[in-house]
Amino acid sequence: MSGPNRGQPALRLDKEETALQVSNLNLYYGTSHALKGITMVIPKNRVTAFIGPSGCGKSTLLRCFNRMNDLIDNVRVTGEITLDGQNIFDRSVNVATLRRRVGMVFQKPNPFPKSIYENVAYGLRIQGVRNRRVIDEAVERALRGAGLWEEVKDRLSQSGLGLSGGQQQRLVIARAIAIEPEILLLDEPASALDPISTLKIEELIHELKENYTIVIVTHNMQQAARVSDYTAFMYLGDLIEYRDTDTLFTNPRKKQTEDYITGRYG
Amino acid sequence: MTTNIKDWYKSGAPWIWLVAGAVSVSLLMVFGVLALTAARGLTYFWPATVVQLEYQTADGPAQRLVGEIQDSEEVPAARVTGAGVQLPDDSPAVVRHLLKTGNRDIFGSDFRWILQPFVVSREAPSDLVVIERREWGNFYGYLVSVKENGALVAEGDEAWSAFQTHAAATAELHQRIKQIEKDAIGDVNYAIEQLRLTTRGLELEGELTPAAQADIEQQHAVLSEEFAALERELNELYQEIERNSYVVETMDGRQVELPFSKVVRAFKPNSMSLLQKVGHYFEKLWEFVSDEPREANTEGGIFPAIFGTVLMVMLMSIIVTPLGVIAAVYLREYAKQGFITRLIRIAVNNLAGVPSIVYGLFGLGFFVYFLGGTLDQLFYPEALPAPTFGTGGIIWASLTLSILTLPVVIVATEEGLSRIPRAIREGSLALGATKAETLWRTVIPMASPAIMTGLILAVARAAGEVAPLMLVGVVKLAPSLPLDSNAPFLHLDRKFMHLGFHIYDVGFQSPNVEAARPLVYATALLLVVVIMVLNLAAITIRNHLREKYRNLES
Repeated sequence: MSGPNRGQPALRLDKEETALQVSNLNLYYGTSHALKGITMVIPKNRVTAFIGPSGCGKSTLLRCFNRMNDLIDNVRVTGEITLDGQNIFDRSVNVATLRRRVGMVFQKPNPFPKSIYENVAYGLRIQGVRNRRVIDEAVERALRGAGLWEEVKDRLSQSGLGLSGGQQQRLVIARAIAIEPEILLLDEPASALDPISTLKIEELIHELKENYTIVIVTHNMQQAARVSDYTAFMYLGDLIEYRDTDTLFTNPRKKQTEDYITGRYG
Repeated sequence: MTTNIKDWYKSGAPWIWLVAGAVSVSLLMVFGVLALTAARGLTYFWPATVVQLEYQTADGPAQRLVGEIQDSEEVPAARVTGAGVQLPDDSPAVVRHLLKTGNRDIFGSDFRWILQPFVVSREAPSDLVVIERREWGNFYGYLVSVKENGALVAEGDEAWSAFQTHAAATAELHQRIKQIEKDAIGDVNYAIEQLRLTTRGLELEGELTPAAQADIEQQHAVLSEEFAALERELNELYQEIERNSYVVETMDGRQVELPFSKVVRAFKPNSMSLLQKVGHYFEKLWEFVSDEPREANTEGGIFPAIFGTVLMVMLMSIIVTPLGVIAAVYLREYAKQGFITRLIRIAVNNLAGVPSIVYGLFGLGFFVYFLGGTLDQLFYPEALPAPTFGTGGIIWASLTLSILTLPVVIVATEEGLSRIPRAIREGSLALGATKAETLWRTVIPMASPAIMTGLILAVARAAGEVAPLMLVGVVKLAPSLPLDSNAPFLHLDRKFMHLGFHIYDVGFQSPNVEAARPLVYATALLLVVVIMVLNLAAITIRNHLREKYRNLES
């Protein structure tokens, strides 16, 4: 297996700039304990992958970063996640502002039933941007950034639902980066796509790494190995092992990690 | 054999027959209703043949009868003989006809029953004339002569063309009189009334200074001058219109002189070609949908009722949509789901089952007396004791129907909101939109087809409702439309006419039920057509929205 940084000196978490600091995070769905004392650092301008079997809490952890779990009844969180020294669970934090800084792309493409242009412009319009030229430029930049511009530039006014699944997913990524978040959360972004579209999304993640901190949840270990700099293996709500991708896949320290990546369970 | 039936039963074929049969019966009933109303209503406008009969009863003198045969039926002879009539033969049954003889002013009634055995001869003379009049219903008979200012101008064969010329001239005069009475004098009266109210308002506030009073009096003088001028013009027109008359012969040979001023139109149905009859038919049909009613609603058109119905339904839609959508959004999106919301939902669903007359009473008590009365005291004290809003009006009727249809809109909207995929909401929230922004920009537009479905059901129910309206603003004959050229143009406080109530009124409250019966069917058909048009408009909008906000799943 080969990580994206093959041939370069091994990455070390303690040398990275911090984007998000998770400290002793616990999450309960009613009485069930879904995340157990997670402590980790999400490094800036890197791709961090969460892997693990279904139900291990990797998506739940991801959804903590932009507080999407708030939407679910009966969820209780303890511990802290700090973004720029501010605990995002603090009462004074405006959730809408947090979500502008921490964008998210979901498993299934979910474009709005609007035109391609309006889909991408949505976040800007929410922020109250009215200037047509500013929006035009942002839309083009975002679509170029998502590698979709060439395919859709002549039909911006057509419905976003008319695109193929892979194009829709890139449209959703464009929509997310149009408001220029600092962190981009990808929740199994390629699991509903065909191999070619998946490849395109993976290439896109490589490019986006330049400007964004990316956290990706994936079921697919090869994908994690291909796109990520760091990988966290989770199991039943525990963070089992978290290190640079190359080391984790070639030389796991924990027995559970090894069992998982060699396909013994999960 | 038994296995065959068993197999047939198991194959589900009987079930398919059953459901298909149910659908067919429903469709047949719907089309049956439409066909019946259409057949009864639409034939009314066709110029029927007018017959002349020699009628000789056993004991009476020979009679000449003229009229339209409107109905024929077979009755047991015993029933006729029981009434003291001697029949010429012993057949067990006898045919009788309902003859519309018209000339209510001369004979006292429009219809009479005649027995077939006594009809000696039956013909349809081509010079029989039907004259539609503004009073006393139709005239059937023969034209004798035309008089101008009492002097004979045409007689015999020339009389008909002279009659037509005079009738046309009179129609024009009548049009002018109507225009002056309704529009010009109506406007002046409206202005004078406004002036009176202003004076009274100033008086109540104690600000009626001599200067203001002088100003008002001056305006009043100008208006009175205008009024007097119009009245003079009107008088002249009235003199002119009353000048000419015509002489006709009725079926019993009497000659009667009648004024042209009451003539609507005259025609000779027996000498009309098919094309002329078709033309006449559409002329009458157009009059029916575009004109005002005459003769206590039994003649003429029903335009004010169509207008009132459509306007009321539109006002209702404008009121009920935001109300229902807001309530549904609260219930579905904001309220904590639990015992209370369940209770509210049950209450809302039960509201849909409350008899509509109860809503009418509520509308009368709350909207008309309480809200309207309060509004009058606050904003229209100058008009008191005459109520402005404190009496039935189109706004109260619309509000009452809004409450009546609110449950439908709430339920449909909730259904629509619950069908918006979670992914779409999360997508919007993840972009930094608040819940309100998500609802406003994404969820509600996507739910709009469902909202329209609710509105379609609401319109269908509201347009056909009559009972509650009788309490909150529908009248038999409204003096003016709720929409006119006097500011503020839309008069929400005015009473209005309604097709459903019109059917009830013409069918049951009319002085001449028999004559008006075809009109009841025609009005019913028109009501169905109006509801259909309103619904089709809403359905078109919904389909457009559906196309626009097609869901991810579909």
